[in-house]
Amino acid sequence: MSKLNFAFYWAASCGGCEIAILDINEKILDVVAKADIVFWPVAMDVKYKDVEAMPDKKIDVCFFNGSIRNSENEQMAKLLRRKSKVLVAFGSCAHEGCIPGLANLHDRKEIFERVYHETPSTKNPNRDEPITPFEVREGTIHKPIFFNTVKTLDQTVDVDYYLPGCPPPVDLIVKALELITKGEVPPKGSVLAPEKSVCDECPRTKDQKKISKIFRVYEKEPEPETCLLEQGILCMGPATRAGCSAQCLQVDYPCTGCGGPCPNEPDQGAAMLSALASILGVDEEMEEGYDPEEMMSQIKDPVGTFYKYSLPHSIIKRKVMKK
Amino acid sequence: MAGFEPTIVGFLCNWCAYAGADLAGTSRIQYPPNIRIIRVMCSGRVDPIFILEALRNGADGVLVAGCHLPSDCHYLSGNFKAQKRIILLKKVLSQLGIEPERLRLEWISASEGDKFAAVVKDMVVKLRKLGPNPLGNGEISNE
Ligand code: SF4
Ligand code: SF4
Ligand code: SF4
Ligand code: FES
Repeated sequence: MSKLNFAFYWAASCGGCEIAILDINEKILDVVAKADIVFWPVAMDVKYKDVEAMPDKKIDVCFFNGSIRNSENEQMAKLLRRKSKVLVAFGSCAHEGCIPGLANLHDRKEIFERVYHETPSTKNPNRDEPITPFEVREGTIHKPIFFNTVKTLDQTVDVDYYLPGCPPPVDLIVKALELITKGEVPPKGSVLAPEKSVCDECPRTKDQKKISKIFRVYEKEPEPETCLLEQGILCMGPATRAGCSAQCLQVDYPCTGCGGPCPNEPDQGAAMLSALASILGVDEEMEEGYDPEEMMSQIKDPVGTFYKYSLPHSIIKRKVMKK
Repeated sequence: MAGFEPTIVGFLCNWCAYAGADLAGTSRIQYPPNIRIIRVMCSGRVDPIFILEALRNGADGVLVAGCHLPSDCHYLSGNFKAQKRIILLKKVLSQLGIEPERLRLEWISASEGDKFAAVVKDMVVKLRKLGPNPLGNGEISNE
């Protein structure tokens, strides 16, 4: 059997997904035995023009991490789509926008104002900002255009599979690579992770189904055996897809939702909001003087909590800016 | 906004609010035709996703109406759940630049046809002032 051609690319990403690929350790040798890596900017010196010169569909599988923040990300998504038989949205950024997607609470103007002018470490008396195209003595420089809105990969091009997680857990990566190299691929559009929630994989016991008080993580030393949510620590486990073996919970940290929505759930944030509202204040409801506003005001930053990884992928997708 | 007529999606619980709306109809109480009613079994059945989808698809306002607190809900506490969800959802909406007043929760019993009509009238007046849903119907653009 001839070797497969693999490509790895990073768009608007933190680099963590690249590390996750390296974290498969010696398994990478199995990959290299079955596949040639034809493009991987973080590790190999291959230029964009080399990709452009490839015949269409030359790449068998492209693993694309990072969201679509600017015109370079977009161009590369389109180019790699054309050159690849299978395109995998690798990691939360490509899948649903992730942390960079929280920038959708602002637009380019606000972000530039903050980054180029307001940050305490910035001295920029001429109020310079990136300009493109830009004329210099040697010619014209075309810099990427920064978009107002962060998009997911599948809001930009057609995507075949999704590998969730920030970054995807090594187990899921290894399984996905095995499936793909064996040619045993699931139906197009599949998320390559188990059909259950983080709670289903979580070893903690749950029985209360009601809470009265919310604690931030630093406000409480969690009891080791019981569900964090039942201890009042906001945990996105009920609304998050499994696949990570509930790894945060194993080190006493709540799930913040990086695995993305549960199967068939269109909006992870809304699902968690709904679940939380069902259990918070159940005992207090029937009491004299119950104040639902006060009860719910314990959740300080609903978008940042419920949509930490999924704002661009959510139903509303971004903040509406005042005209 | 001259001539702007808001569209309201109303999720009414089968046992109280829907019966109240029905009574408004059979009693011939006049109320504006701006509301599109969806009957649900309980206000607690209104998934926040329904509300977000309604707004995403261009509804200018969303009304959720159920049985009076504390003990009229036929499923005991669906109305309490709806109330908490809507409080949180309003916060989410305002963080996303959508006026939270577009979303309204009311308790309307089967005998309160007049209240149903008054709520719809009042919503229409307020939404006319607020103008069209800022999400429009459009997709997000790249720029
Ligand atoms: S998904 Fe997480 S690890 Fe991967 S690039 Fe995005 S922020 Fe980094
Ligand atoms: S809510 Fe969190 S702590 Fe509780 S069972 Fe689910 S994942 Fe585990
Ligand atoms: S527990 Fe939640 S936040 Fe932690 S890795 Fe798993 S999905 Fe991500
Ligand atoms: S049945 Fe009317 S609110 Fe539950």
